[in-house]
Amino acid sequence: MISLEKLTKVYGRGDSRTVVLDGLDFSVASGEIFAVVGPSGAGKSTLAHCVNLLERPTSGAVLVNGENLSRLSEKQLRVARRSIGTIFQADGLFSRRTAAANVALPLDYLGATPAETKRRVGELLERVGLSDKASSYPHQLSGGQRQRVGIARALALRPSILLSDEATSGLDPESTASIVDLLKELRDDLDLSILFITHEMDTVLQVADSVARLDHGHIVESGALVDLLRDADSDLGRALRPRRDWEAASGADGIWFVSYEGRHVRPDWVSLLGAELGVPISILGASIERINGVTVGHATLGIGGVDPARVTGALAALGLTATLDDAALRPESDELEDVA
Amino acid sequence: MIAALVPSNATVPIPDIPALVFPALGDTLIMVGIVMAIVIAVGIPLGAIVHNLAPGGLFERAVPYSILSWTVSIGRSLPFLILMASIVPFTRLITGTNIGIAAAVVPMSIAGIAFFTRIVENSLRSVPPSLVNVAKASGASTLQIIRTAQLSEAVPSIIGGITINTIAMIEYSAIAGTIGAGGIGYVAVTYGYQRFDHNVMIATIVILVALVSAVQITGDRLVRLTTPHARDRH
Repeated sequence: MISLEKLTKVYGRGDSRTVVLDGLDFSVASGEIFAVVGPSGAGKSTLAHCVNLLERPTSGAVLVNGENLSRLSEKQLRVARRSIGTIFQADGLFSRRTAAANVALPLDYLGATPAETKRRVGELLERVGLSDKASSYPHQLSGGQRQRVGIARALALRPSILLSDEATSGLDPESTASIVDLLKELRDDLDLSILFITHEMDTVLQVADSVARLDHGHIVESGALVDLLRDADSDLGRALRPRRDWEAASGADGIWFVSYEGRHVRPDWVSLLGAELGVPISILGASIERINGVTVGHATLGIGGVDPARVTGALAALGLTATLDDAALRPESDELEDVA
Repeated sequence: MIAALVPSNATVPIPDIPALVFPALGDTLIMVGIVMAIVIAVGIPLGAIVHNLAPGGLFERAVPYSILSWTVSIGRSLPFLILMASIVPFTRLITGTNIGIAAAVVPMSIAGIAFFTRIVENSLRSVPPSLVNVAKASGASTLQIIRTAQLSEAVPSIIGGITINTIAMIEYSAIAGTIGAGGIGYVAVTYGYQRFDHNVMIATIVILVALVSAVQITGDRLVRLTTPHARDRH
C-alpha cells in the first residue's frame, strides 16, 4: 500500500518558482493497479521521481506501508527505495549487460552472494517468461522482451510497490497487451500495489482498476475505472473511451447519444427500446466492451417521431442515459447523398 | 649508448640502423607505457569526478567543478613543448633530473592526464543519464552508480579514448626526445633532422607509422569486443 499525502513539488524560487505537483492525495491499495494519465508537462515524470524517491517532495509525504519515506536521510533512502520496484521507459537496460546481468543489478548493489543472485535471477526470468534469453544482450531483444527484463529487475528485491513510468510507451499494441497481462498476473500473485503512469488512454483501459487524471500538477478527476466509464458526465471517462465519428441519420431522425450507466444493461436493449417506442431505431455508431467484469459502452442512435422525454424515460428504464444531439455537433456527411 | 654508435659526420650504414632504431623503439614503448599507466589510473577517477561535479552530476558543485575544469583546460591549452619547458623545476623536484625517460614521464603524464580527463568526461556524457536513475532506483550507492551506470557503460568509448591518448603520447614522446628523453623521437631529431640522415629518418617514420597503426588496430578491436552490438556483426 502506498499513499501520497498533499505531495507538492516546487522547482525554483521567486519569479521562476514553478509548482509542478500541487498537493496530490491518493493511495494505491495492495492488489490494485492505479493509473495516472495526463498530457506531457502535466507533472507525470516528477510524480514518478517523487514516488521512487529519486527526488524529494517540497512538502507532503510518500507513505509506503505506513512509513513516511520522504523524510529519510540519504542513506536510509537508499534502503527504502528497495521497497519500491520501478519499471522505466524502454531505454532502461544497461547495454553491456546480458538480460540476466541486468536483472541481477539490484542484487549486486545489495551485496547478495553469487549463488543467491543466480538462483533469484533464474526465478525472475522464468517468472517473466524469458528463461531462454538469459544470456541475450538488450539489442538482441524485442521491445516487449526488454520491458519484461525491466519488470524482472524491478521485482528482484521483492518490493511491495511497483511503479511503472511510461513502461509501455513506444511498444507495439501486442507487446503492450502482453506487458499489461504480465503486470495484472504479478499484481494478483504477489499482491502488489502498482502505480501505472502513462499518457496512453488505451493502455489505461486495459490495465487499470482506478485512474486519476493529472493536469498542471493537480488531480482533476479520479475514481474506479468502471465508475468513470459509466458516468456520462465524466470528462476522463469520455477521454478514455471517446465517441468516434458516427454514420449519418436518415431524414428527420434525431441523434441520441446513449451511454451505459447501470451495471446490468441487457444486451438486447435496442430491440426492447424499439418495441417500447414503436419506431425503428437506427444504430449509427456503438462501442461496447467488458472492462474489469462490467459492461461499459456507448451508442449513437437515430430515432425519429417520438417525444424526447419518452426516449429518455425508456432508456433510463433500461439502465442507459441519453442526450439529444444539437444540430451543431452533427457530422457534415449527412447532407445529401446518403439518404438512400 | 646510442652516441657510441654514431661516427661523427657520417650517415649510419643501413645494416647498423636496426641496432640504432630498435632500442629507441623500446625506450619509446617504456616511456609511453609508464605514462599511459599513470594517465589511466589518474584520468579515469578524475574524469568521473569532473563529470559528476558538473551541473546534473551525482554530486553537482559549481565552484569545485569550475576550478577543476579550468585546471584541466590550462593543461590542455599549453603546447606540449612549452608545458614541458615551463615545468622543468617541478620535474627536477620529483625525479631529480631534467633529462632522460624519468624526466619526460612527468610532463607527458601531466599533459596526458589533462587530455584523458576530458576524454573520460566526454565518454561519460554519452551514456544515457536515465541509467543513473535506474541504478539509483535499484538501490545503488554513489560509487556503485559511477562504476555500473557510468564507467562500465562507457567502456568502449573510454577504450577509444585510450587509443587516441596513446597515439598522442607517442607523438609527445617524440617531442620529449628533443630534451634528451631518448626513444624514436630522439633518433629522428638527432639523426634524421639535424644530420640529414635520410635512411634513419625513413626508418623512424616507418616504425612510427607501424606503431601508431598497431595501437589503432588494437584499440579498434577492443572497442568492438566490448560493444555487444558491434560484436554480433564480426
